Amino acid sequence: MPGAGLVLAGVGYRYAGASAAALVSIDLRLEPGRVVGLAGANESGKSTLCLVVAGLAPGVIGGRLDGSVRVDGVETKAMRPHELAQRCGLLFQNAATQLSGTTSTVFEEIAFGPCNLGLPGAEVVSRVWWALRAAGIEPLAPRDPARLSGGQAQLVALASVLALRPGYLVLDEPTSELDPAGTRLVADALARIARETGAGILVVEHKTDVLAQIADEVVVLERGAVALSGPAAATLADPRLLALGVEPPAAVRLERAVRASGIEWSQALAEAIG
Amino acid sequence: MTAAGSAAAGSAAAGSAAAGSAVAAPSIELDAVSFAYPDGTRALSGVTLRIEPGESVAIVGQNGSGKSTLVRHLNGLLRPTTGRVLLDGRDVRLTHVARLAGLVGLAFQNPDRQLFAGRVSVEVAFGPRNLGLRGPALDERVRAALEEVGLTAEASTNPYDLGYSRRKLLALASVLAMRTPVLVLDEPTTGQDARGVALVRDVVSRAVGDGRTVIAISHDMRFVAESFRRVVVMREGRVVLDGSPEAVFGEAAWPELRAAYLEPPLPAVAGARLGLGTTPTEAELVAALRAR
Repeated sequence: MPGAGLVLAGVGYRYAGASAAALVSIDLRLEPGRVVGLAGANESGKSTLCLVVAGLAPGVIGGRLDGSVRVDGVETKAMRPHELAQRCGLLFQNAATQLSGTTSTVFEEIAFGPCNLGLPGAEVVSRVWWALRAAGIEPLAPRDPARLSGGQAQLVALASVLALRPGYLVLDEPTSELDPAGTRLVADALARIARETGAGILVVEHKTDVLAQIADEVVVLERGAVALSGPAAATLADPRLLALGVEPPAAVRLERAVRASGIEWSQALAEAIG
Repeated sequence: MTAAGSAAAGSAAAGSAAAGSAVAAPSIELDAVSFAYPDGTRALSGVTLRIEPGESVAIVGQNGSGKSTLVRHLNGLLRPTTGRVLLDGRDVRLTHVARLAGLVGLAFQNPDRQLFAGRVSVEVAFGPRNLGLRGPALDERVRAALEEVGLTAEASTNPYDLGYSRRKLLALASVLAMRTPVLVLDEPTTGQDARGVALVRDVVSRAVGDGRTVIAISHDMRFVAESFRRVVVMREGRVVLDGSPEAVFGEAAWPELRAAYLEPPLPAVAGARLGLGTTPTEAELVAALRAR
């Protein structure tokens, strides 16, 4: 598709009433089927960027946007919220914020979005099961959404976004509350969704091990601007990463600790941490 | 307990709290604790656990394995369906919540379930004020707690103008300000950047150094291996492993660990592959490589 992709050019954003800009001249490109990881210190602008990409800022919460955000060639400013929601799905950082609070089972909760799109019943049902499977939470279908553990709630919130089948997914720390197995489940699901559905995925993640596994590219923010960006492996091994508030992946850290101790790096060591 | 009794318990807690960390940490004992939520979901099944004063204990396990439910029994937020929770041998059912609040501080996983004030300093002052502190003593508590989590500059900020990660540090500060002899942290490092994780790590090591008991739920195996001397692994409401990081992350325990949907930290895996024994932390792996 010509112009396909989610493209930010010179994007700046200031919250209503704020004295300083939260984002400064951001250029970013997310292509269909690709995974871009977004990292950076707390309050470096990651969540704000998610809101801007998904059109909630300034669309819903106000504030001032400079520059251009285009989804498949169309300015998001020109789209109505429900149009944008179908193109670009957003998963909030705090899963409790995401859940509707109006449903009595997880199945209904995930059906909430597709129902609001006015889809036929059979289509809603098939999407809900697909999303439950993709998130690995089929057994939770009959459970009360208000009585889930933190990690379970996060997976339900993810499934509810997946059920909308958006072309682009913006995920703000989708694994923050998850155990290692849940984290791997989500990481595998995201890689598969990008590959099989062609969705472009922008994912904020402090766990750089996850980004090392699934991201094609990584962008690191500092005080609202892009400090580092490039292919995932190179960016995650950049010596400036820790100073930017981002813990390098475990393998990168371990190699550095071994080298720093004066022990010679060997193939056997590389294989042991690989 | 009568109203007069309750006031007495409150002022007793305040008196000891005002003296800093004068209260000795109580021993904590869970005796065959089972708990089911009102909808019938069984969260704990016969958990028996004894934690001595001054221990540092990480509780790990799959999402939904009962970790949060377990720690909510320690300050009386939840009461066992069957079994008993004892602090210094005394059933928490018989202990007034005001006294429990002075003994066991719990920082929630989701800070938004905990925060309510319009100013960061008021939020942090709430706990110690309820313990009876006023004036300069109270101000000092607030100042010290905010400094410990790096929020000194935000004392006048509305908590909801802080990002999620700093709201979480604020929730931690509110609990630290109580100076309880037992500190319980539910996933303190989630959502934190490298600096935030380092802050939390320092909070834990300071508290342990002060002789307080620290119990933390975490999925961050590096944090667990580096900051705690004991690891309790939960699966489906039961304790399935309980020992030092060396024991729990040692190769012999991996099958049980993986059955609980957990992975040993990378240094432990690398150490085992290299035949170096159990090396749960980077420092231990490097030391073992040097000694080879």
